[in-house]
Amino acid sequence: MAANSEIRYLTPLTVDTKKKKYCRFKRSGIKYIDYKDPEFLKKFLNEQGKILPRRITGTSLKFQRRVAQAVKRARHLALLPYVTDLMK
Amino acid sequence: MNYYETVFILTPVLSDDQMKEAVEKFKGILAENNAELVNEELWGLRKLAYPIQKKSTGFYCLFEFKAEPSFIKKLDIAFRRDERVIRFLTFRLDKYAVEYAEKRRRTRAEKASQIPAETVEAVEEAVEVKEN
Repeated sequence: MAANSEIRYLTPLTVDTKKKKYCRFKRSGIKYIDYKDPEFLKKFLNEQGKILPRRITGTSLKFQRRVAQAVKRARHLALLPYVTDLMK
Repeated sequence: MNYYETVFILTPVLSDDQMKEAVEKFKGILAENNAELVNEELWGLRKLAYPIQKKSTGFYCLFEFKAEPSFIKKLDIAFRRDERVIRFLTFRLDKYAVEYAEKRRRTRAEKASQIPAETVEAVEEAVEVKEN
């Protein structure tokens, strides 16, 4: 009976190993986030141009504040839109 | 003395000479108030992400300077009084920002010396102007 309950798979099971999120600024040693580079800031925005939350990007609190600051400066200077559709 | 950075956008309706004159005017204001101009960049005519005063392009200028905090108020008033300025932003750089600004300036200087990047930019600007 024990042999019957043994389940065999043709392909090895893929076990979901959660990839740990990390703060890219801490890892790469960026200390200042430039508002003059809208292409870079777009990585932290969703399609509507809203700032993505930390739980998605994995940014640390310290740098999330700086990202927010940079995005807001870029918006003020019309380098980034305040509202939009299909930004990317 | 603090380290400041200011970006302002001029209306695209001005001619090249008028642009230069406007930029010179603000440089003059800086000089009058003993502000030390560290870096100056003219980004040229750029497309705005959204219309400002019903205009879809603007002429961007960037100044980096060292000045007394009291000067910022004067500069602010000067920007507000000038009709040619459609948007401006001035802020103090923290120590990391100063580091970054210096690095950026160096790389830009290197680039300019290696290849005549300004001519490429000038051509691009000319194309943009034509499109509009």
